[in-house]
Amino acid sequence: MTHAPHKDYSGAKLGMWLFLFTELLLFGGLFVLYAVYLARYPQEFASGGHQLNVVLGCINTLILLTSSLCAAMAVTAIQQDNRQLTLRLLGGTILCAAGFMVIKYVEWSAKIHHGIYPGSARLVEGPPGESIFFSLYYMSTGIHGLHVLIGATLLAWIAWKVRNGSITRTDFVILENGALYWHLVDLIWIFIFPLYYLML
Amino acid sequence: MSITLQEQPTTDRGFWNDTGKTGIGSWIFSTDHKRIGLLYFYSVLGFFLVGVVLGLLLRLELMAPGRDLMSAQTYNALFTVHGVVMIFLFIIPGIPGAFGNMVMPIQIGAADVSFPRLNLFSWWLYVIGTVLVLLSLFTGGGAPDTGWTFYVPFSARTGTNVSLALFGVFILGFSSILTGLNFVTTIHRLRAEGMTWSRIPLFTWSLYATAWVQILATPILGITLVLVIAERMLGTGLFDAARGGDPIMFQHLFWIYSHPAVYIMILPAMGIISEIIPVFSRKPIFGYKMIAFSSLAIAAAGSLVWGHHMFTSGMSDTAVLVFSFLTFIVAIPSAIKVFNWVSTLYRGSISLDPPMLFALTFILLFSIGGLTGLILGAAATDVHVHDTYFVVGHFHYVMFGGTGFAFFAAMHYWLPKFYGRTYKTRPAVIAWGLMFVGFNLLYFSMKVLGMQGMPRRYYDYLPEFANLNMVATVGSWILAIGLVLMLVNLFKGLFKGAPFTGNPWGGATLEWSTPTPPPTLNFITEPVVTHGPYDYTALKHDVREADSGVTP
Amino acid sequence: MTTHSDEHHIISYRKLTGIWLILLVLTALTVAITRIDLGGFKVAGALTIACIKAGLVIAFFMHMKYENRLLQILLFVAVVTLAIFIGFTFFDVLYR
Repeated sequence: MTHAPHKDYSGAKLGMWLFLFTELLLFGGLFVLYAVYLARYPQEFASGGHQLNVVLGCINTLILLTSSLCAAMAVTAIQQDNRQLTLRLLGGTILCAAGFMVIKYVEWSAKIHHGIYPGSARLVEGPPGESIFFSLYYMSTGIHGLHVLIGATLLAWIAWKVRNGSITRTDFVILENGALYWHLVDLIWIFIFPLYYLML
Repeated sequence: MSITLQEQPTTDRGFWNDTGKTGIGSWIFSTDHKRIGLLYFYSVLGFFLVGVVLGLLLRLELMAPGRDLMSAQTYNALFTVHGVVMIFLFIIPGIPGAFGNMVMPIQIGAADVSFPRLNLFSWWLYVIGTVLVLLSLFTGGGAPDTGWTFYVPFSARTGTNVSLALFGVFILGFSSILTGLNFVTTIHRLRAEGMTWSRIPLFTWSLYATAWVQILATPILGITLVLVIAERMLGTGLFDAARGGDPIMFQHLFWIYSHPAVYIMILPAMGIISEIIPVFSRKPIFGYKMIAFSSLAIAAAGSLVWGHHMFTSGMSDTAVLVFSFLTFIVAIPSAIKVFNWVSTLYRGSISLDPPMLFALTFILLFSIGGLTGLILGAAATDVHVHDTYFVVGHFHYVMFGGTGFAFFAAMHYWLPKFYGRTYKTRPAVIAWGLMFVGFNLLYFSMKVLGMQGMPRRYYDYLPEFANLNMVATVGSWILAIGLVLMLVNLFKGLFKGAPFTGNPWGGATLEWSTPTPPPTLNFITEPVVTHGPYDYTALKHDVREADSGVTP
Repeated sequence: MTTHSDEHHIISYRKLTGIWLILLVLTALTVAITRIDLGGFKVAGALTIACIKAGLVIAFFMHMKYENRLLQILLFVAVVTLAIFIGFTFFDVLYR
């Protein structure tokens, strides 16, 4: 019996989806806590939520949706054998990721400047629910931000592989899986945004 | 399916030699599932022995009331490390990592798993996680003293090196996830021609169900551990009642993973038993479909019952009622398995070879452990025995008497296949006898002690518990002697014993149709499966064909 | 062995851009409905829209609409599992 050097596309994609499930459940743990603590501290959550910057949150949502569009189009571009466009679109996604992180940095530093961070004197002395809200906010957006960084690094590596020709029109499952990962980052944000910025 | 009849082990020693590479690098960087399986096997076995030694030390300390051997703080660290090592380093990665890797791809007629490099990576993650956990014992504020459950608020406040241990367990969880992901993909994508879902061996079925639990439950543990680390390092206060947090939410998140995790531990063991019982009864398995289905049912139902660990922790009465009720549902698929194994034995031609002895012991000990589990699952009785030695006895019956004995059964059943040499039967049987006696002395005493009210995890106890504690400690010695005898006999046999060839026990699953030891790519020709995994009539037919030279 | 087709569905730029526009509109809608006082419906409304957006991303950006039935079922299993984990926790939290 010999190793057939064929690539199992469906297998690779199935594996990626299974991995995305684990990511979903990872954030799921935070959503469990959010739901429970929102039920317990509706007022404190509302006053915490109103302190977040909706405009910056909105801009970041637009940025991530656009980045996802770029990633999805990159898959279409490689399927149409347009390597140049694929590279540009991936570049666009990575640029969006950078923009997202810059805005996140601005947001976080403003909050920290106001003495709002886990364990800060202001939160420790304030109402208990508010400290819970901000701790959850920092954990959720922090872990999400980490995923943005990982996703951007992954896409940069993939762009490099597209450039040197190891990802092609007939062999692009790595690009497709990278894009899937990026969409997951977007998906999580689609929930984080209303949960923390809007609906409270 | 062709049956290879062999008089001698393959002259090239199969996957041990046929890559032409030697040295340690050909092992620790190998992507061959059999080599990775053996890497896992020796790693988990090593840590099992570490855990055993720690357990023996605990029993020595508890031999008589008062201080016998160590300080209370050392005792706390010791039972924590015993738990962490046994749970996270041995029993969770144990059967899937070792025997799942070695056997599963061959059972479905594949050359390897779907992602061989990822498979190697998960072993490396296991090693890294292990190193971190071990480092946490000797650095920082000293070995963690929280118990393996890491309950807040203590774990958030204790000065011992909990953060590093938690991070190590986080990495181990990642390793477990990747193994699960790999197995699900492999079972979906790489089955040989003719290997339909209703022909998948039950061990592979059980691994499939296990893999789903690994994928869907482990991430919750991951985030929980990260949150405890954040609590310690950043002061997030999410589980701190003084800051509005809820310590019981930690327990929810922890058990959302850790209850399904007990099915990560027991399901593959049940799979092993489902392989061994029919082979040594010379009878097709009774109720194949129900056993396969009950694996999935256990995985599903097992994800709904985490609250039964929390009956006395201040959870709402409604939740106690719901989780207690749901817990009884898990008993149904478990009982389906036991009934089907027993029905397979009925009027079978039973041969009591060592694998079968361990498998039969599994049925007995698992049933005792499972039935005492119902006492704990019923909210009313649980209040009485919660956090007593009854619980300790219960989970050792299920985990050691169940999964541990299944692991031993698998060692005696499959390892000769991979080494091409076999062990002596008589010492194996004697070792089994010693272990069986020692085991029951040790853990049955614990159950009785628990019923009498001796709390678990206590350094000292009242004089009225002294006799049974002595019995338990003596039992632990007998168990350990049996264990040593078993391992010495097994490994002496594997390295120097009589040649093991062909299919001496007459298994009909695919791993018995390959050369012994199997070549790196498992099969000489790509297998085409024409009958079920327990269809011994078809197997005889195949062998006759092989005898008359129809198939090589 | 499961059959696997090597043909991949190509989604046009046009369709992807269309989805993106719908996503932007839905985002604007969420912002709008959460700025006015809807009481309890605010949470329900915002989360419903978030679910629709997630559904669109999964179906089109992530090609789930064009995948085989197996992946769709597995995704469903994963989501239901998460829902159970959240829901069952409330047996405790709601009645404590």
